[in-house]
Amino acid sequence: MGILEIKNVGKRFGGLQALGDVNLSIEENTVHAIIGPNGAGKSTLLNCLVGKLIPDTGSVTFQGQSLLGRKPHEINQMGVSRVFQTPEIFADLTVLENIMIPCFAHRDGAFKMNAFATLRGQSDITTQAEQILDDVNMLEKSHMHAASLSRGDKRRLEMAMCLVQEPKLLLLDEPTAGMARADTNNTIDLLKEIKEKRDITMAIIEHDMHVVFSMAERITVLAQGTPLVEDTPENIKGHPKVREAYLGEAQV
Amino acid sequence: MFGLNAKNTRLLFLVIFLVAFAPFLMNPFPTDSAMAQFNAGYPDLMQRFVIFGIFAIGFNILFGLTGYLSFGHAAFLGVGSYAGVWMFKLLGMNIIPAIAASVVVAGLLSVVIGFVCLRRSGIYFSILTLAFAQMMFSLAASVLTPITGGETGLTLSLNDPRIFGAGAVDGNIPVPGFFGLEMRSTYEMVMGGWSFSFNTGYYFCAIIMVLAFYASIRIFQSPFGLMLRAIKTNQTRLNYTGLNSRPYTLAAFVISGMYAGLAGGLMVAMDPLAGAERMFWTASGEVVIMTILGGAGTMIGPVLGAGAIKYMENIVSKINKGILEQWFSFMPDGMSDIFVTLIYPFIGKGWHLTLGVVFMLVIIFLPGGLVEGGQRIKSIFSRKKTEDTPADGAKTPAE
Repeated sequence: MGILEIKNVGKRFGGLQALGDVNLSIEENTVHAIIGPNGAGKSTLLNCLVGKLIPDTGSVTFQGQSLLGRKPHEINQMGVSRVFQTPEIFADLTVLENIMIPCFAHRDGAFKMNAFATLRGQSDITTQAEQILDDVNMLEKSHMHAASLSRGDKRRLEMAMCLVQEPKLLLLDEPTAGMARADTNNTIDLLKEIKEKRDITMAIIEHDMHVVFSMAERITVLAQGTPLVEDTPENIKGHPKVREAYLGEAQV
Repeated sequence: MFGLNAKNTRLLFLVIFLVAFAPFLMNPFPTDSAMAQFNAGYPDLMQRFVIFGIFAIGFNILFGLTGYLSFGHAAFLGVGSYAGVWMFKLLGMNIIPAIAASVVVAGLLSVVIGFVCLRRSGIYFSILTLAFAQMMFSLAASVLTPITGGETGLTLSLNDPRIFGAGAVDGNIPVPGFFGLEMRSTYEMVMGGWSFSFNTGYYFCAIIMVLAFYASIRIFQSPFGLMLRAIKTNQTRLNYTGLNSRPYTLAAFVISGMYAGLAGGLMVAMDPLAGAERMFWTASGEVVIMTILGGAGTMIGPVLGAGAIKYMENIVSKINKGILEQWFSFMPDGMSDIFVTLIYPFIGKGWHLTLGVVFMLVIIFLPGGLVEGGQRIKSIFSRKKTEDTPADGAKTPAE
């Protein structure tokens, strides 16, 4: 029984069957990659996991609890964090404030009316936030506006925001999309480092085979809304069906 | 001090200074001089400055922090006014129950309106609030006439019960007061050619405004305020960070609704009369303009914006053709006529035109409002200073 169980999930948009009949089990403390050509339903599947979409059929359970019908913030409070394809950060706030918000969410829950407390008085939150900024080598940028960060730094910041909540499951939606190779390698190193330091399960949606094969322990290949095959990276590389559907031109 | 950092403490003291010395600051010209018409230091107008300041401070908590643009805040002001007048009618002329009732009733109404309108964001939210406010206005002006007095407005009468106070004083309707201290009482101080008026009602409103401003600073710098700013910049991320944006926005909406109710209560405490036109959509638009003109999202901006607009409304609108002709009388006949004709549309009833031009100039050249203007002036001076220092430094060794 994995930490995340997806059973018979289907989703239809009008005439388009985005997800057919997806069965997927993600084991605890593994890095599980989901790959597939454009339009395979990867992002739809991810949106079904975080409460953005509700699947038409099937069930999604996280640690034995159903995620269906829960709001995004409820799912996050259960321990599922998501990194977006384009970094979603609080652009108008400083880097430190960006990190403080998930710290508050982790400490105080989904809502707390603390209108007469001061931000400076929350020393536990600031310490925690500075600690994680140090971990991702961004401490010297803590008073910069998040909007003025480079794209790579925005990505690091977003990951730091997810990690400070100590999620059990981290969902990454194309974490290296649009990055140069050097930045991609930095991101891979960062993710590997995170994996070594904590007990965390990662599900990665990715196009870049370099990223997938240097990190993933299990790979699911999705094509036209259904999982084609699920196996270890070694077996996926040589799998004839996968080559045919997706990897044909990737020359791996 | 008071749980504020140094910068915000200075800001608070600046506001305290401004409102405490407003009777002097607003009356810089001697009474008999030609410039006396630019004096704004009469009680009525000063009361309006601070009351609309409170209204704008509250509006800024919603709009400046969360970015939710409400076009219906005048509804809360109006409801607060009605609640206040009813307290005068039923209980007595003490302003404390009236103001308390204004805040509570406006707060309750904003819970209901906020709960419905906050299901949508952006323009849909604005339109929903506008629709609600116009509904309230129409109800007040027609169907609810027994409660609101309809188009003539709600006024006090000699037959009101006033259980805890006198029904009439010397055959007249009693005036609002704070435990016997009449709001309308004014002390006139004449110094040379100047005359300054110190009005009880003004100082009462000023104290309330300073408290309201202090509360708003506390909200701005609290974790709650941080969440509201986060809603403005990226609500998606906030939801995926495990925070529920709905109660945050609702809390901000109710707080700003209560500020509006407080302003409405103070308005009737100064002048016990409430009319439906106070809830008309132009009144809601006015507070939006005040906040943006002063600087949305800044602490002191709304106060400045409210002051600027109320000043223009009352001073520019009082300039008439005769005064203009007097100003330009030093010019040759033809030329003075041209100037008078050119400027005439911008004064008197045309003061809205002046406001419109000023508003457009501010939006285009100072998107951050008057506060940004102040910051730019400040930065020009501080840049000069830093440029001077190395120049001096270079000179010293040569000597």
